[in-house]
Amino acid sequence: MLKTRIIPCLDIDKGRVVKGVNFVDIIDAGDPVEQAKIYNAQGADELCFLDITATHEGRDTIIHMVEQVASEVFIPLTVGGGISEISHIRNLLNAGADKVSINSAAVKRPEFVREAAEKCGSQAIVVAIDAKAKEDGTEGWEIFTHGGRKGTGIDAVEWAQKMAEYGAGEILLTSMDRDGTKQGFNIPLTRTVSDAVNIPVIASGGVGNLDHLVEGVTEGHASAVLAASIFHFGTYTIQQAREAMKQAGVPTR
Amino acid sequence: MTKQYITIIDYGSGNLRSAAKAFEHIINEKNIDAEVIISGKAEDIERATRLVLPGQGAFGDCIDNLQTSGLIKPLEKAVLENNIPFLGICVGMQLLATRGLEHGSHAGLDWVPGIVTPITPNDKSLKIPHMGWNDVHIAHYEGSAPEQNNTHFVLRSAENSAENAKDYYFVHSYMFECEYDHHILGVADYGGDITAIVGRDNIIGVQFHPEKSAQSGLELLERFTLWET
Repeated sequence: MLKTRIIPCLDIDKGRVVKGVNFVDIIDAGDPVEQAKIYNAQGADELCFLDITATHEGRDTIIHMVEQVASEVFIPLTVGGGISEISHIRNLLNAGADKVSINSAAVKRPEFVREAAEKCGSQAIVVAIDAKAKEDGTEGWEIFTHGGRKGTGIDAVEWAQKMAEYGAGEILLTSMDRDGTKQGFNIPLTRTVSDAVNIPVIASGGVGNLDHLVEGVTEGHASAVLAASIFHFGTYTIQQAREAMKQAGVPTR
Repeated sequence: MTKQYITIIDYGSGNLRSAAKAFEHIINEKNIDAEVIISGKAEDIERATRLVLPGQGAFGDCIDNLQTSGLIKPLEKAVLENNIPFLGICVGMQLLATRGLEHGSHAGLDWVPGIVTPITPNDKSLKIPHMGWNDVHIAHYEGSAPEQNNTHFVLRSAENSAENAKDYYFVHSYMFECEYDHHILGVADYGGDITAIVGRDNIIGVQFHPEKSAQSGLELLERFTLWET
């Protein structure tokens, strides 16, 4: 039986983990390789790196980081942040990443997703969607870019369907209303998008406890759950997350 | 055991670095006398003592690339005549089939009779691709001894013991349907049976990604390196 994936997300700035956990046995909390090894040892199903540097020089740094992590940790790695060219994707995949996540560049030019999927395979292309309740007060959610600052007027569900049709292999869905609130995933949004597409949806944004992770799957119908701070700050371990899932009858590794 | 020369075949289909890194990791960790190279040259296939064929993308593109790179003849010689242990990964496993039905019908290597068809789960809510960790149930293998629970050498754990099921990381939309049941060495469930491992003689193919399957994957690569056919 296919297992629900639990994916910790690490924010990377200039090749260093920001907001990393100070584990007892860790020498350098900012070292992506050490953090990745810990998550791997705890049983993380995949790792997601979000490059927040987003500068030209930052590209080489993140590629170097991916190479190092991929030499030590043998689980799927996703890298996102400012990816806008096929060459960026190629370089990251060659360095050992398995998937890249594309956000603003897809909104700017949807054909980019089609090209990326054709050149690198759908399995390597994750489309990240940042969604928020529609600002004009009508029902539904619209997508935002630039870290949630820029509204686009595009409906999130229609966008997810379009991206799936364009060849995205997976959707990383973040609720901007919930992100950072610790109130749990936006379940109606997650369920509506998950049910509307035939590709896996990763739920993200708002996780504050382990029940939230479970709800993302049982009520939100997500194929995978992503969280940053509950794992970063050592509130919960991946094992505890797996245990909570198992107790709720959700199959995990 | 003499030194192993593991050649990961580069034919322009997908990321080979991850597989190489995983082999390098186990070689270092387990102190195995082996060398890994990524190569698209016939001479590196000829001198290899272990051959690995990864693959990503569409079946047709992959078999075309393999054809164009002129590697099928040297591969056939090494694998079918000289019995060099061979491991196919993901589409590299699917290429072992007689035909693949992804975007048209394409002839495969036909080393393990069967066809590659779209996954059609009987539960319509299941997503395609089949992506993530799934447990593989190991089938009995006739060629192995009963004291090893009839488990294929490569699929036993490091302690040489047999295990019933292990999790591996999958990502694929097409699946291998074997013509003969005895070629199916492992099965996963995804709204019906998915062939996870095929094999015969010195040939083994895995649908999942051992190089991305944490400890269970590394163990399989180690066993493959140590496999004497």
